Amino acid sequence: MLTVRKGGPQTTVQDLGRTGYQRYGVIVSGAMDTYALRMANLLVGNNENEGGLEITLGGFSARFGQDGLVAVCGGEMSADLDGRPVKLWRPLFVPAGAVLSFGAPKTGCRAYVAVAGGIDVPLVMDSKSTYLRAEIGGFQGRALKTDDEVPVGSLSGPQRRTVAAMRERGFFQPKWAVPAPPYSDDPIIRVMPGRQFRLFDEESRVRLFSEPFTVSLQSDRMGLRLEGHTLSLEEKQELISEAVAFGSIQVPPDGQPIVLMADRQTAGGYPKIGQIASIDLPLAAQLKPGDRITFEEISVEEGQWLYFHKERLIQELRTAIQWRWREWL
Amino acid sequence: MMDCSFEPLGDRAIMIEAAAEIGPEAQIRVRLITAALEAESPAWMTGFIPAYTTVAVFYDPLALNFKEAEQELASLLSRASEDRLPEVRTVEIPVCYGGEFGPDLPFVARHNGLTEQEVIDFHTGGDYSVHMIGFAPGFPFIGGMPSEIAAPRRETPRLRIPERTVGIAGGQTGVYPIETPGGWRLIGRTPIRLFLPEQDIPSLLRAGDRIVFRQIGTEEYREMEENAHAHRP
Repeated sequence: MLTVRKGGPQTTVQDLGRTGYQRYGVIVSGAMDTYALRMANLLVGNNENEGGLEITLGGFSARFGQDGLVAVCGGEMSADLDGRPVKLWRPLFVPAGAVLSFGAPKTGCRAYVAVAGGIDVPLVMDSKSTYLRAEIGGFQGRALKTDDEVPVGSLSGPQRRTVAAMRERGFFQPKWAVPAPPYSDDPIIRVMPGRQFRLFDEESRVRLFSEPFTVSLQSDRMGLRLEGHTLSLEEKQELISEAVAFGSIQVPPDGQPIVLMADRQTAGGYPKIGQIASIDLPLAAQLKPGDRITFEEISVEEGQWLYFHKERLIQELRTAIQWRWREWL
Repeated sequence: MMDCSFEPLGDRAIMIEAAAEIGPEAQIRVRLITAALEAESPAWMTGFIPAYTTVAVFYDPLALNFKEAEQELASLLSRASEDRLPEVRTVEIPVCYGGEFGPDLPFVARHNGLTEQEVIDFHTGGDYSVHMIGFAPGFPFIGGMPSEIAAPRRETPRLRIPERTVGIAGGQTGVYPIETPGGWRLIGRTPIRLFLPEQDIPSLLRAGDRIVFRQIGTEEYREMEENAHAHRP
């Protein structure tokens, strides 16, 4: 059990999303930065799709009711355990009664906390993700607040033995860590031309890949609203609504692009000028208002090649983490 | 059979273009594709989203690349057949029109030079079908509303529209399954739920369904609403 002391601006339970129900209009939700959540889960010996906490812009703290194994990944937010600084991208032993706290974000804007055993909330449509607008999933369909008692799932055999061994040795954190993505407040993000790319005028097509955009204040889990030069269609036209995807860059009539993120609607009628490569979505997920973003054009073949390499790296890291785990037993 | 074209939607999805414009032909093609995907449900497919003229298929790029997905889908669609089409269902949606549930009913009447009851008669008399589900969970994009009761959206959207409210926007009618902001003209409310998160198929309506709106009074509304809520988890 985790007892929340401070919820912060927005802390929700998320897994890798509610896939398979989009045809009924149900949004996917899930972690904005899926790489960080997957790594946090693997580091504590969970299935990578297990439910964890997504902490937006810090300000969260919680007390652990029992000994546990935790990992914090994603944005750097001066996390500490009873005052002792916590390093990211590696496991952390948490003794019963300890308080894990987050300060203000230093890099990125979303931190992920995985707990061995997972956050134990009911599955809604096969997922633990919080869908705030429909008030379903996660912890009572809402963001966490003070005094919430968040249940933690039971540990597997290896997790239980590891936690016991760590307590015995007075373990805190190991020296090793898994690699973090190249988070930046000024990243280059790879983009494939979108379905309606050719409907945009030449100037817009050139500028998309040559001039940076700024992330606006109106950005949230649904989408990053960008500000920059206006993008316009060669000819004004109404499009027929069709499906969108995580990372679709759509352009409403005001010409300022919106990158669709985890809480995107299932379909939309605005033209899509581009589609962010899956490998770079974690970089986009960590952007906050005021950050700059530059797009670089790649082909779908390159996007899929990068995807393949990223997944292979994650497989290797999974194996490496399992090796490290054995050292503790 | 169907000549569809395929285009990438990023590195994890492929868009099947079934028709160039909205219409009965597009609707039947999208339903055929949906039925074929449902029947075969290939292991590499992670989900799909049918819309007016397209179906997006999401896939695992570790299992196959775009070219292979295109080939797999072309062959899958060659096996699509009308025999697999599920029967067209007719779903009745009872609506309590006007009053506190439909604050814009007087506007829609005035705008079209009709009485409120005439608006209701046109609305219940339409020949409706569901083109697609989207925008919100279980939200149906419905075609077939009589043009006599068309009404423009509000200039300033309302911040909160209660769930199950029935509205009109331009020549379209729809029902809000969950509380949302929106600019539609609100003419009534249904006591039945359209979004059913506790069920395997979380949407009351599906693309292809026919819809009949039936006028009910306040008393019947209360009774049905109570019933629907009694079954809520």
